[in-house]
Amino acid sequence: MSINRRTFLGLLGATSVVAATGQAAHAAGTHHFEGHPGAKGVLFDATRCIGCRKCEEACNVVNELPRLDRPFDDLTVLEAKRRTTEKEYTVVNQYQTSRPGVVFRKQQCNHCQEPACASACFVKAFYKTPEGAVVYDASLCVGCRYCMVACPWSVPAYEYDEALSPRVMKCTMCHPRILEGKLPGCVEACPKGALSFGTRKELIDVARQRIRNYPDRYVDHIYGEREMGGSNWLYLSGVPFGELGLPGDLGTTSAPELTSGALAAVPVVTGLWPILLTGLYAISKKREKREKQDKEAAVAAALKKAAEQAEAKLASELEKAEVANKRRIEVEVKNAVEQAMKAKDTESNEEAQS
Amino acid sequence: MNAETNATGRSALTPFTIVSGIIVIIGLVLTWLRFTGGLGAVTNLDHNNPWGIWISFDLLCGVALAAGGYTTTAACYLFGIKRFHSAVRPAILTAFLGYALVVFALHYDVGRPWRLPYPIFLSQGTSSLLFEVGLCVFIYLSVLAIEFTPIAFEWLGLKKLRNIIHGWTIALTIMGVVLSTMHQSSLGALFLIAPNKLHPLWYSTYLPLYFFISSMFAGMSMVLFESALAHRNFHHLMDTAHREESDGVALGFAKACSWVMFGYLAIKVLGLAVEDKWAYLATGWGAWFLVELVSFVAMPCLAYAIGYRDRNIGLIKATAAWTVLGIVLNRFNVSLVAFNWQLPSAERYFPSVMEIGVSVFVVTVGVIVYRFVVTRMPVFYEHPQYKGEH
Repeated sequence: MSINRRTFLGLLGATSVVAATGQAAHAAGTHHFEGHPGAKGVLFDATRCIGCRKCEEACNVVNELPRLDRPFDDLTVLEAKRRTTEKEYTVVNQYQTSRPGVVFRKQQCNHCQEPACASACFVKAFYKTPEGAVVYDASLCVGCRYCMVACPWSVPAYEYDEALSPRVMKCTMCHPRILEGKLPGCVEACPKGALSFGTRKELIDVARQRIRNYPDRYVDHIYGEREMGGSNWLYLSGVPFGELGLPGDLGTTSAPELTSGALAAVPVVTGLWPILLTGLYAISKKREKREKQDKEAAVAAALKKAAEQAEAKLASELEKAEVANKRRIEVEVKNAVEQAMKAKDTESNEEAQS
Repeated sequence: MNAETNATGRSALTPFTIVSGIIVIIGLVLTWLRFTGGLGAVTNLDHNNPWGIWISFDLLCGVALAAGGYTTTAACYLFGIKRFHSAVRPAILTAFLGYALVVFALHYDVGRPWRLPYPIFLSQGTSSLLFEVGLCVFIYLSVLAIEFTPIAFEWLGLKKLRNIIHGWTIALTIMGVVLSTMHQSSLGALFLIAPNKLHPLWYSTYLPLYFFISSMFAGMSMVLFESALAHRNFHHLMDTAHREESDGVALGFAKACSWVMFGYLAIKVLGLAVEDKWAYLATGWGAWFLVELVSFVAMPCLAYAIGYRDRNIGLIKATAAWTVLGIVLNRFNVSLVAFNWQLPSAERYFPSVMEIGVSVFVVTVGVIVYRFVVTRMPVFYEHPQYKGEH
């Protein structure tokens, strides 16, 4: 293994830093939440609402919201579809439905039992109070508006015209008033009893009772009892809720559960990846080393072979040279001897002549 | 290097400086408007459409296209594919600039940008996917900054510091892959919380997987696309190793992209099957979904494969641009086009000219910084003092 101490310590450091980021997983567990016991809520009965906008006016007053262009007794406002804004925490809309006449429906924050906004907020600026309201802390808010993306009913509004200190604005169920033992502004102002305040449990009982007593008057469904994990604002209606602009495709899974699977991947990734990747690195490093060794061995073998061949060639050349040399010497010697013999012959001939 | 570029004696008023100068001036005016009049003064955002192109393009596309950093470093250092070495530095530079620009652009989008450290240091909303994204992007930007420093240190002649950081390469690379896996997938997972707002063809429990897998070929294609542009403009800066390896990098990346895109196609189809969404394909939304999947994934996947087989570098480069476009289309579809699909058309969002202006400004700032770096620092060539050190 070719991982040295320094590399190992480096890897260890990387792993622990990454592991420290894994804390996001804790809040993600799939759990079953039944709601805070005794949490308050409001029941809206669409069969009782007459579209008088008194709730809107009360909301404006108790929350000290800015004055609007058109007065609250101007009912022509109802002709156009409206939504909650940073200046209107609640609005009443009228709907043409399958039944004759128009039906009114009040819109505001539904105060989910497991709020999507709170689950989505990355600074915990939203908080589900044990009393039932979902409240917002502007001192933490960064203004990313993910809560608005997350809200299934698109309730939160944003101060788009605030340059430096925009807030997310929505109904608070008049949480401060509830703590004082008072009713929410809208509930107190409703002249027709279309809004009832109480614990969520009581309100569900009341709603069931009304459906049982007047089965022809109501659709057999309490909207908000189970939608997206249930909300503290509940609705009764004589027409299907889809006709009142309330989405019917939400399912009963709460927002935190929708994202818990993705968050659960964090410990898997932080745990698995560093080990797997270090292994991969070690394998590739080892392969590289082996390739290098193989290469070196091959080069050495080739060099050795070449050297041997060269040596052999040299030896044979030397031998050849020696043979040639010998022969040359022999020839030289022979020539010399012959010459000497010749000379001697001539000499003896000359001697004989004289 | 700077002496060389400045010594050419040309006027500073090149077409590039004129155009980028005008864009920067417009950008500064828009910045003024944004921070004096609020988001309402420059954007078409409203209460129903809280996220616009600054999220779709600057954040989602920005992060996906900067994925070349982790893919290239992992291929070279962890998988040991050394012939990609000359692509590492351009990829790290692009990734670092990409992430830096993502964070820069976020300062325009969020209401109180000076509070961006809040989720990390003051109040951690750990149940939020956006928290995971924020934390990972913050740490990964730091990792990229450290991975980039050897380039700057070589330029500045700080040999000791450069060698220390160089020793951390493997650890930094592994951290890069881990952090990228998490935040690339989390960007897709952001939309899991809104099942009734995103069209069923794009909403899937596999969204995090789709975003992560597609980030791989997004990153590699961006490296190829950027390399094609760099060869046009900075060819003279490249050393022989970079020039010689460049075709090999293109072929290797084309092959890898083709395989990953094939896998991506498979899990996309698997997603349709598992969640039984075939019926939606027969609608208008289905046609648009098929345009994205066939024309911008299946066809470039095939084109990459052909480019690799025929060693056709031109085709590979064109396919890289095509794939980048497909990623942009996908991120726009998830976050804008198919988001809020049930709203009446009058309540849908379309970006304002000023929003587009800010996005163009952000990209231009990136190009200016990129030019500054590559004309001065050893990005396309190895510094003579550290030649052959891998």
